[in-house]
Amino acid sequence: MSKVITRLLLGTTIAAATATAAAADDKNVKIGVLTDLSGIYADLAGPGSTLAAQMAVEDSGLKAKGWTIDVISGDHQHKPDIGANLARQWFDREKMDMITDVPNSGVALAVNNVVKEKNGVYINSGGGTSDLTNAQCTPNTIHWTYDTYNLAYGTGTALTKAGGDSWFFLTADYAFGAALERDTTNALKAAGGKVTGSVKHPLNSSDFSSFLLQAQASGAKVIGLANAGGDTSTTIKQAAEFGISKSQKLAALLLFLTDVKSIGLDLAQGLSFTETFYWDMNDGTREFSKRFSARSKGAAPPTMVQAGVYSGTLHYLKALEALGSNPHDGAKVVAKMKDMPTDDPLFGKGSIQPNGRKIHPAYLFEVKKPSESKAPWDYYKLVATIPADQAFTPLDKSTCPLLKK
Amino acid sequence: MSINLQALSAQLLVGLINGSFYALLSLGLAVIFGMLNIINFAHGALYMMGAFVAYFLLNLAGISYWPALFLAPIIVGIFGMILERTMLQWIANLDHLYGLLLTFGLALIIQGVFQNYFGSSGLPYAIPDALKGGVNLGFMFLPIYRGWVVIFSLIICIATWFLIERTRLGAYLRAATENPTLVRAFGINVPLMITLTYGLGVGLAALAGVLSAPINQVRPLMGADLIIVVFAVVVIGGMGSIMGSIITGFTLGIIEGLTKYFYPEASNTVVFVLMVLVLLVKPSGLTGRTT
Repeated sequence: MSKVITRLLLGTTIAAATATAAAADDKNVKIGVLTDLSGIYADLAGPGSTLAAQMAVEDSGLKAKGWTIDVISGDHQHKPDIGANLARQWFDREKMDMITDVPNSGVALAVNNVVKEKNGVYINSGGGTSDLTNAQCTPNTIHWTYDTYNLAYGTGTALTKAGGDSWFFLTADYAFGAALERDTTNALKAAGGKVTGSVKHPLNSSDFSSFLLQAQASGAKVIGLANAGGDTSTTIKQAAEFGISKSQKLAALLLFLTDVKSIGLDLAQGLSFTETFYWDMNDGTREFSKRFSARSKGAAPPTMVQAGVYSGTLHYLKALEALGSNPHDGAKVVAKMKDMPTDDPLFGKGSIQPNGRKIHPAYLFEVKKPSESKAPWDYYKLVATIPADQAFTPLDKSTCPLLKK
Repeated sequence: MSINLQALSAQLLVGLINGSFYALLSLGLAVIFGMLNIINFAHGALYMMGAFVAYFLLNLAGISYWPALFLAPIIVGIFGMILERTMLQWIANLDHLYGLLLTFGLALIIQGVFQNYFGSSGLPYAIPDALKGGVNLGFMFLPIYRGWVVIFSLIICIATWFLIERTRLGAYLRAATENPTLVRAFGINVPLMITLTYGLGVGLAALAGVLSAPINQVRPLMGADLIIVVFAVVVIGGMGSIMGSIITGFTLGIIEGLTKYFYPEASNTVVFVLMVLVLLVKPSGLTGRTT
């Protein structure tokens, strides 16, 4: 009899203990990397983004402090419905806390809504549209790495001021391309330039010659490429074939390290573009990149998007640590993240604005000549640094409803 | 909308260039379907392998574009023949669906393996020195390499058509598809002929791959993106019709080029719209025989 009572008591105590743990001292975290695992952005984000999130978990040191953190990844296949459904499943079935990456703005905007509805946390690194911190901003989303305003302001202004005052756009026909064309048009008009025309191409095209011929016929001084990844590198290669690079200047508004590799330095040399991260900036970025490429596919160093996933995840975990436990309340965690200044070796010191925009310096780079490149992946030359307070949409111009409270 | 004649002729020419790839690929499919009755869904993957073999030959063995133009189709063709011998021949007499599923599965496996090792962004492959540069045609700047692609693929297409429709070997082949038992009775090794035909079809895909390597990037998904359009071309032209697939390939390239000029947003759907229209009016394709 006494044995039974002891058992019962013991059982109750354990149950009670577990219940308390779940409520006040919950140290379980689930992170979902929603990315492109098989398509044209798989190299600039993809498995590398998952690796970056895992490294952030390891570097946070939270596991040693009794936290259980799981990182899983999923493929959105560039389809907003698939991405949104996957995000929904993750929240409903997997008790997901945070979703990160999401290259492809169309998918990013869809996921943005789901995360708000489910009160999760969304740290976007791969998606570019500046709408995420303007009309579409939510209390649950932070736009971490770069956005279309930031690319447009950096490259658009610099090239227009350098004499390229008439532009023709070659735009990827989805949310990102449209946002990038819109933001660049604003930036270059402000700098005194004009737009002579534009043509929209389907995402993931293999032949750009028709579009390039139209751009060539326009006579514009600059051909602005409002596309990304494989589309950008194919366009640049084919532009060289049609002799376009000699008469008109190409502006790759978004160019990643992996794109430069696939174009080859011969053709890519001299391209100027804006990024917020490059692996070979300083000791901090080099140290991280060395650890990253030891584990990445093809020993590739991290791209800007992957670096952003690391930095964002790390800051998220710091906020959770500061809260003491996981409240499973996305808006609360994001509010905490906005309160804390950001600091990591990859992006340096920065902060998160009330509209969810993470700010840090941006850099205007130029692709090196083949003779200047001394090592594998030694591709960029720093031209100018745009200070954090100028690199992104000024708060007074942001149309985010959160700011109007 | 005012029509700029210069721009229009340029788009027509560009369409012809893309049409060359459609023609070469749909020709291979037509040969395989006509002789083996297999819908070869692995065609895109084999086209991609052709480009990769050219890339390996250049970067690992220092073998340039010109020898690769012959070596890559042979290497990939042999790979295709191994596939035929080990797998495809066992399902030859079954429903089309089996062949389709098997080749589709093979395509996914081949692409998956390449993607695992090479990622999804492209590898650079330079245009051979002799074909660098371009000529100004007045209405457009034509890269010499692209001109070469059009001429070379036309020659290959006509040669293949000639081989199958006008030579004794082609006659055996066509006879063997009609009645293999009877042809065998004449002492002809039919299984060997079938294997070689599959090798030829695959070789054509690989050849298109090598031709496209300097223009498009060498990347694991290059075939997957193209093959759906090529299937539409084959359906429009009529399954198994050699000349039909050649003509449809070039024509559709041109129609696509025109769409890119008049309404670019529709450029990757126009082929399928045409396919639906053709199927509604002539279900066996433009030149297909009803069986």
